[in-house]
Amino acid sequence: MGSNILRRRRTEWLVTLPTLVWLSLFVVVPTLLVFVIAFRPANPYGGIGRGWTLDTIRALATPSYLLIAWRTLWISLLTTAICILLALPAGYTIARAPARWRNRLLLLVIIPFWTSFLVRVFAWKSLLHPDGPVKRALEALGLAGPETTLLYHPAAVVLVMVYTFLPFTILPIYAAAEKFDFRLVEAARDLGARPFQSFRRVFLPGIRTGLVTAVLVVFIPALGSYIIPDLVGGPSGEMLGNKIAQRVFTDRNLPHASALSAVLVLAVLAPLVAVLILQRKGKKSDIIMGEAP
Amino acid sequence: MSSDFLEFRGISKSFGPIRAVSGVSLGIKKGEFFSLLGPSGCGKTTMLRVAAGFEDPDAGRVFLDGRDITDLPPNKRKVNTIFQSYALFPHMTVRDNIGFGLAIAKRPKAEIRAEVDRMLELIRMADQADKKPDQLSGGQKQRVAVARALINKPDVLLLDEPLAALDLKLRQRMLIELDLIHDEVGITFLYVTHDQAEAMSLSDRIAVMDGGRIEQIGAPAEIYESPRTSFVAAFIGDTNFLEGRVHDCLDRDYCRLSIAGLPEILCFNDKVLQPGQPIFLSIRPEKIHISHDRPEEKAQRNCVPGVIEDVIYLGSNTKYWVRAGGYRIQVLRQHDRYFLDEKPIRWKDPCWIWWHADDGFMLDHFRKADEGLLAVPPQSVGEPINGK
Repeated sequence: MGSNILRRRRTEWLVTLPTLVWLSLFVVVPTLLVFVIAFRPANPYGGIGRGWTLDTIRALATPSYLLIAWRTLWISLLTTAICILLALPAGYTIARAPARWRNRLLLLVIIPFWTSFLVRVFAWKSLLHPDGPVKRALEALGLAGPETTLLYHPAAVVLVMVYTFLPFTILPIYAAAEKFDFRLVEAARDLGARPFQSFRRVFLPGIRTGLVTAVLVVFIPALGSYIIPDLVGGPSGEMLGNKIAQRVFTDRNLPHASALSAVLVLAVLAPLVAVLILQRKGKKSDIIMGEAP
Repeated sequence: MSSDFLEFRGISKSFGPIRAVSGVSLGIKKGEFFSLLGPSGCGKTTMLRVAAGFEDPDAGRVFLDGRDITDLPPNKRKVNTIFQSYALFPHMTVRDNIGFGLAIAKRPKAEIRAEVDRMLELIRMADQADKKPDQLSGGQKQRVAVARALINKPDVLLLDEPLAALDLKLRQRMLIELDLIHDEVGITFLYVTHDQAEAMSLSDRIAVMDGGRIEQIGAPAEIYESPRTSFVAAFIGDTNFLEGRVHDCLDRDYCRLSIAGLPEILCFNDKVLQPGQPIFLSIRPEKIHISHDRPEEKAQRNCVPGVIEDVIYLGSNTKYWVRAGGYRIQVLRQHDRYFLDEKPIRWKDPCWIWWHADDGFMLDHFRKADEGLLAVPPQSVGEPINGK
């Protein structure tokens, strides 16, 4: 009996080993390296100097960095919030649609993936361009003056980020809503709840799994955005990802880039750890962590 | 207008091409335990959902205590539903489930607590208050669902096949419990079920439904003892259908019927009939007596000779199928001392069956679909008449 369990343990280890090796080599070690390099001085040739220093970490406290960190945070939070607000009715509607409509609607959600992400962001760039159709239409309607800038503005970053991440939010919410027992909503209505009350007190807790996944799937990549703010953000829409790229490619200061990356890694880990703790509290809760990127 | 507490007037409802309910009118009295009984798809659940406000009828109105509630949303109606699946909120404890209605009504916390405690006492689950629904057994879930509805003191409690998901033993216990709760709280129950035994044992009155219409409304005994249509006769209990013609009507109470292959049959009559009129007769198996020897001829007794075709011994009783004339008639005999009977009736024995004229019923309406239930196999229905 005991040896049986031992043997099973050993098999489990053997089966998991390749994954563990892969993850350690290509995720854990590089991440640790990033943390280590953050404490090394830079050398003038773009490499890493000798000895240890805390100067880079101290340099992170400058107001310009704090401003960008704050902007990264609020753009990500706002993007997440808007995505969830849009994905909830969308996921709900698709889940409640007649079966033959469901697949067609899902297809519509997935269609954008058929085009390269980069191409789609460039498309937004020309749409929002001062001579682009959106700006012209707004001007024609008298909603925008000639000086209004659509492009190179934090709002443009949020818009394109919402556009990019929305399908990723709709899918987990749809998946949870599809499994949800809508008789519970009827029961709540029957017990006196108004439509919104039954939505908030019965439907939302019922799709909690999908909601958590959706939040993580948007918020974490949003924090690390680089391409979207780079293409449509301009200087006023810069995020931490852009700063890291500048430190690496323009300043050739790897320790500085590492320090910024480390901050970002910690910021990404924080919500994950929070969810893990919440999960422990909700004991045999069914939040699927595996789906978080 | 009427003394009805919950009243449906001419309710019709279709789902796409399917007509679930067509023009049903029904009145339920205050405090009554009223059942809608019928096979699945008969429209009974649609009626309940119309009363709860989950379905808008295509035509007709619903009145509660004299007030038209047809256009009120479910949350504005003083009715509560017990769902077949219980529909307990999985993320809430038993306590929060029961208190949900009061919490929505924004009642003070202390009051909710006290009310929930009272309910937990009523369903004898005070020690389970902090459990989640998935930690409860089927019977416990059911009791929580009852408490969650009753705590709102509804005018009418709607029950949608509440016992269907329980096993037999539990179902019987819950039947008694529901009956006690009904007596205790004294509110009106509208109970939907496809199980005739449930409906018979609980209800003050039953409406038997089929194909979106009401076939018959009455007390359980009325519906069992004098079914008016072939559907009701066959759906509630077993029966034998015989097809014949009116020979003559002796007086106001009795009629003589000619049924091919059988001697003339005397039957209780509550209708206006013409000689020669085709008629369908229904006799329940347990109303028919059976013996080897020819029974004594008596007034109002119908005696028919036959041969035993099949016997199923069931312990407390035996089912016999007797070939008599062209008909295959089912007889149920209650035993008191099987082994002491001089001569048990066996397969292929010639025998006599007899029944009192009052125990047969002529039906108002015989459905084509029930022809398969005639006491003759369908392919030989015409046989005794045509003499082939």
